Amino acid sequence: MSEVFTVPKSRRNAEALLLLVALTVAIGANWLVGLDKDNPFDSAFWLQGGTLAALALIFHLLLRFRAKYADPVILPIVIALNGIGLAMIYRLDLALPAEAQPVAPSQFLWTTVAMAASIATLLVIRDHRILRRFTYISLIVSAVLLMLPLTPLGVEINGARIWINVGVGTFQPGEVAKITLAIFFAGYLSTNRDLILLAGKKLGPLQLPRFRDLAPMVAAWLVSIGVLIFQRDLGSSILFFGLFMAMIYVATSRVSWVLIGLAMIAVGGYVALQLFSHVALRIDSWINAFEPEVFNRNPGGSGQVVQGLFGLANGGLVGTGLGQGRPDLVTYANSDMIITALGEELGLIGLFAIVLLYILLISRGFRAALGTRDGFGKLLACGLSFTIALQCFVVIGGVTRLIPLTGLTTPFMSAGGSSLLANWIIVALLLLISETARRPAVKGPVRETFTDGKQNRNTPATGSTREVSA
Amino acid sequence: MSDLTVTLLRYGFLLLIWILVLSVVSALRRDLVVGRRNRTGAPTAREARKHPELVEEPPAKAQARRLVVTEGPLKGTALDLASSPILLGRAQEATLVLEDDYASGRHARLFPQGSRWFIEDLGSTNGTYLSGNQLTRAQPVEPGVPVRIGKTVIELRQ
Repeated sequence: MSEVFTVPKSRRNAEALLLLVALTVAIGANWLVGLDKDNPFDSAFWLQGGTLAALALIFHLLLRFRAKYADPVILPIVIALNGIGLAMIYRLDLALPAEAQPVAPSQFLWTTVAMAASIATLLVIRDHRILRRFTYISLIVSAVLLMLPLTPLGVEINGARIWINVGVGTFQPGEVAKITLAIFFAGYLSTNRDLILLAGKKLGPLQLPRFRDLAPMVAAWLVSIGVLIFQRDLGSSILFFGLFMAMIYVATSRVSWVLIGLAMIAVGGYVALQLFSHVALRIDSWINAFEPEVFNRNPGGSGQVVQGLFGLANGGLVGTGLGQGRPDLVTYANSDMIITALGEELGLIGLFAIVLLYILLISRGFRAALGTRDGFGKLLACGLSFTIALQCFVVIGGVTRLIPLTGLTTPFMSAGGSSLLANWIIVALLLLISETARRPAVKGPVRETFTDGKQNRNTPATGSTREVSA
Repeated sequence: MSDLTVTLLRYGFLLLIWILVLSVVSALRRDLVVGRRNRTGAPTAREARKHPELVEEPPAKAQARRLVVTEGPLKGTALDLASSPILLGRAQEATLVLEDDYASGRHARLFPQGSRWFIEDLGSTNGTYLSGNQLTRAQPVEPGVPVRIGKTVIELRQ
C-alpha cells in the first residue's frame, strides 16, 4: 500500500467548469430529443433542466464547504451520464403510443431523490471511517435486504423476484445491498487480512488459505447462489460474488483466491445450467442468437439482443442523431438495452465517449483508494468502484453479445429508481474517500477526532479512566 | 427544421460529449502523470525545495528487532520481529495474545514497510495510543516510542 504524494490543491474551480460542460451535455441532449415536438421549450423541459442544474449547484457548494479536497471530476461525469440517460428515456417515451404510461417523469423524480440522498450521505457521514463501526451491522442489513423480496412484500416481475412493493412503487433492495455488502467486506477484510494472508499451506506457487479463513468466501458464494435460485436473478448473483472476489484479491494480493473463486463460479454455473431452464435458455440465445427459432422464441429468445445489435448497426459510426433513430423497436430499450439505444442514435463515436466517461469515473474511484491511508477506505473505494465496473462490463458485454445477457442496470442511465439511488450514494462515498485521500496530511502530533466516539458514550461512572472493557 | 440544421446539431452534440471527456482528462492531467509529480515514494530534492510539505521526516537509521511489553499484565514479554505483520489483541489468533480486559479481540496491527514498522488500529473499542496520541491512521513506530493498548504498553527495541 504505497502512499502517493500530491501537492494539495482543492480544484473546486475546475469542478465548477466541468459541471458547466456536463450540464450543457445533459440539457442539450434533452433539448435535442424534443426538437421534433411542436414546442421543445415547454415547462417540463425548463423544470427538468433547472432542477438538475440547481441540484448540481447545491452539491458543488456543499463540496466546497464540507469536502474541499474531494475529487473534482466524479460529480461532473455522473451528472453528464445521468442527464444523457434521462434524455434517452424521455426520447423513448415520445415514441410510445399515446395511451402508454411515460417513464421519464418517474425517472426524473428518482434522480432528484437520489441526488438528495447523496447530498444527505455527504452531510451525515462526513468521514467514511465511521462506517467501519457498522461492519457486522451491514452484514445483517445486507442479509435482510436480500431476503425482503422473498417475503410477502416481494413482487415478481418478468420471472425475477427481486423487487418489493413500497406502496408508491417497487424498489429493488439488492441495489442497496451491494453498498452494505461492500462495507461489510471492507471492514472484515481490513481486520482479518493478515490471518487470511499468513495462515495456510503452500502448494507449489499457490498459498492455499485455511478452511476457516475460506468460510466467508463460501458464505458469499452461498449468498450469490441463493439469490440465483430463490430470486432467479443471475445478474445480482454475479455482481455480489465478483465484488467479494475483487475485494479479497485487493486485500491479500493472492492469486489463489481468484483461482478458487473462478473454480466456484464454474461449479455454480455448471450446476445452474443443469438445473435451471432460464439459465440454459440464456446461454442458448447467446450462442445461437441468429437462428430464426431462437430469435422468435418467447420467453428466453434472443430477439431483444439481436434487435439491439441491428440498432447498433443502423447507428454506424456517427449514429442517426438523437431522436432520429428507431431504438424504440427493442423491448426494454430504456432499461436493459439503453446502451444499444444510445449506440444507435449517437453512433460508435458517442458510445465510446460514454464508455470513456465510465472508465474515467471508475479510475477515479481506484485513484481515491490508492491515495487514502486507511485500509478500510482503500478496500471500500476499490469495492464500490469495482461494482460500477462490473455492472458496466456485464451490461455492455451482454448487449453487444460478448457474454450472455443478464439483467443488470447500466449505472446512472437505465430506468430504475433503486439503481439510481444506490449509485448516487456510492458517488457520495467515493467523494468522501477521495477527500481523505487528497486532503493534505496533518504533520506532527494529531490530536483528534471522533468527538462523538465510543469512549465518551461508554464512560464508566468512576470517571477516573475513560476506558471500557472491550 | 432543415436537414442541414439537424445534421449540424447531431455532430455538434457528439463534439460536445467529446469536449466533456477531453476536458475531464485535461483536468486530470496533473494526476495522470505518474512519472513526475505523483511519483510514489520519496520526493526528489527539487520537489522538496518547491513543496516542503511533501517531505516526510527522514527514516530512522536503526531498525527495530524486538518488541517488548513494558507495562500491563504481560510485562516483560518480548517478541522477535521478523518480516511478517503482527496482530495484537485478545483473540487467540493474535501474534501477541494480550490478556488485557481493555484490549479488543483484534486490536491493532504492526506491519513493516520499507525499513520502518507501522502501527494501524483495527477499529478497537478503546483505541491505540502512540506516545499519548490516539491513532487515526497507520503511523510509523520508532524504537523506544511507547504504544499503549488498553493497560498494556509495548515498545520496539533495536
